[in-house]
Amino acid sequence: MVGQALSLEPSAFSLLGWTALLAPLAAALLIQLVGVHRRRLSAGLAIVSLLISFAATGWLFLQTLPRPALVPYESSIDWIAVPGLTIPFGILLDQLSLLMALVVTGVGSAIFIYSVGYMAEDHAYSRFFGLLSLFAFSMLTIVLATNWIQLFIGWELVGFCSYALIGHWYAKPSAAEAGKKAFLVNRVADFGFFLGILALWATSSLTPAGRTFHFLTLEQHLPLLAHSGAIPIATLPLIGLLLFCGPVGKSAQFPLHVWLPDAMEGPTPVSALIHAATMVAAGVYLLCRAFWLFEDLPSVLATIMWVGGATAFLAACLALVENDLKRILAYSTLSQLGYMVMALGLGGLVAGMYHLTTHALFKALLFLAAGSVIHGTHEQEIWKLGGLTRSMRWTSAAFFVGGLALCGFPGLSGFFSKDEILVLAHARNPALYWLGTLTAGLTAFYIARAWFAAFTGPSRTRAHESPPVMLAPLGLLALLSIAGGYVFIPQYLGQPHGALHWPVAAVSMGVVALGLTLAWLIYQRNMVSATQVVEALALPYSFLKRRYYLDDLYAWYVAVIQQKLIAGLCALFERYLIIGTMVNGTAALTRALGGLIRLCQTGRIQTYVLAFLLGVAWLLSTVMPR
Amino acid sequence: MITLTHYLVASALLFTIGLAGIMTRRNIIMILLSIEIMFNAANLAFVAYARAWGDLGGQICAFFIITVAAAEVTVGLAIAILLARQLKTLHADEVRLMKW
Repeated sequence: MVGQALSLEPSAFSLLGWTALLAPLAAALLIQLVGVHRRRLSAGLAIVSLLISFAATGWLFLQTLPRPALVPYESSIDWIAVPGLTIPFGILLDQLSLLMALVVTGVGSAIFIYSVGYMAEDHAYSRFFGLLSLFAFSMLTIVLATNWIQLFIGWELVGFCSYALIGHWYAKPSAAEAGKKAFLVNRVADFGFFLGILALWATSSLTPAGRTFHFLTLEQHLPLLAHSGAIPIATLPLIGLLLFCGPVGKSAQFPLHVWLPDAMEGPTPVSALIHAATMVAAGVYLLCRAFWLFEDLPSVLATIMWVGGATAFLAACLALVENDLKRILAYSTLSQLGYMVMALGLGGLVAGMYHLTTHALFKALLFLAAGSVIHGTHEQEIWKLGGLTRSMRWTSAAFFVGGLALCGFPGLSGFFSKDEILVLAHARNPALYWLGTLTAGLTAFYIARAWFAAFTGPSRTRAHESPPVMLAPLGLLALLSIAGGYVFIPQYLGQPHGALHWPVAAVSMGVVALGLTLAWLIYQRNMVSATQVVEALALPYSFLKRRYYLDDLYAWYVAVIQQKLIAGLCALFERYLIIGTMVNGTAALTRALGGLIRLCQTGRIQTYVLAFLLGVAWLLSTVMPR
Repeated sequence: MITLTHYLVASALLFTIGLAGIMTRRNIIMILLSIEIMFNAANLAFVAYARAWGDLGGQICAFFIITVAAAEVTVGLAIAILLARQLKTLHADEVRLMKW
């Protein structure tokens, strides 16, 4: 039935899928083996391998585009097989994974090429490209995973690559610290995530297939079991919450968002690729992948949507007072990730994935434009920049397009995807709808603030335009940011084409226009003095400047609770229980017993002989046969 | 007629005398002598049985015991000489090096 429609044989599916997954790994290995001191070779290997991967993914995508019935397609090997536990490693191709893989390889290719220019002066050029390739492989491992363990392995690998790349300039203490922070915060979240995976695995023993990590098997059996009441009532919500810990860490949702702004210490292509377009979206992708589990759990969905909504709003507020260009974009990423998570929580898989895709395009564009600014001026504080529209014309144009797409200017990609989410919220939860709309206004305000401060006005720094190798990816991503709203992504994911919901669109456009106008009045026309605004709102301003005191709270927790209280208790425990009672206690007990037994050793031969005699008499009377 | 029982009673008497000597005397030489008496009690029992049962094994054992006793008394006397030299005593209660 399906076979007749195949223009590609299953073997070709398998071949292309494996190629897409393994090409970046091959590049990473080759760079480590032969490319360590060959700059051009390493860059070439990384870029070519990812382009191969992109081509393979694109081909598969085009094949499944008209015929969604071809998927899901799966090909895997048994990676670990012991009795009672089988862990496959493979590729799962369906609409979701192919779209995500396309985003990863497509945006990734643009960023890889851009890196050639951006990192041109760097001394650790090969290491950088090797890690980028490893990252691409790890990310594709997540995206194409067939089971939870494979996904978790990829999940940890991207975490490692993120750590290593944030700390690329490890000689700079702040970069090394930021890498550590990202790693540790994710560790906290992944602990819950892994518990969730194990709990799911344990629960799967109830299915006819037995214990399994396999996505499709679980998806097939678990909902039926849940409906039939075979699973204890609290089990699945608990699993859902534990699994949601993963996205909270990786997609940097409140309250574990603190690592993402610091991650901006890494090179800008890393920020664009890992901390805007792909890795941080892995959490959203995970929610989509396990959506069959979440959609039946209203309590978990409520948690997810409120965490998402809160992240969207609170992060947008933080972006209002930030002065570092990259950090503004980082808060913006947090905020947009909050939108996606909120969409998932509202039950909108398609809306979430749609926004993920468009966001990957325009946020990568914004980051690469910011990177181009940093490359051309060696400055990233917005108040020290200015007048870049004249000196860096193409970069400015790219940032302009990205900014408009971000704030949802009508006709650009961000407009359509954000509108999907707001329509969804409008239908399901009015409170979140208004929060989302307010956030859209804040988004317009902060990105316009960055634009007016850094790109218009008098020039405050020397600047030169970046080389073509950096501008070409900018141009490409700018075109995609404009066109991303017209390529029928929702339809590809199986949602019928919906007309634009005009009241919602009109309200959001109005709010965005308000935000833009306010920013224009304050930062361009100086009608309202920014310092006066700050003075009028001194309390909330200082609150935002200290980032809700969350970093201070965590620092206090680590320094006081963990290092003093808990560590102190552990030290007492060790000193008095382990060393005092158990180790020294054993020694004292042995010595005391020895002292007692020593009393038998009188040193008098007669005593010994008497004891010997009594012993022999006892032996003779009992043991010997009569 | 002297039967096996007579020999065994004599052997048991000798053994008891030796044991009592060990337990009551404090002089090391005397203790050694008591031990020798006990050896000979055993020897007497062996040869009595050997004769009564017509089995030479008992006599062989007796020879072994004589040999071992000779060796033992050599070591014992050597210790006694050393004690006399080092500690100027042969009184067993005063030799309490092994006590706590």
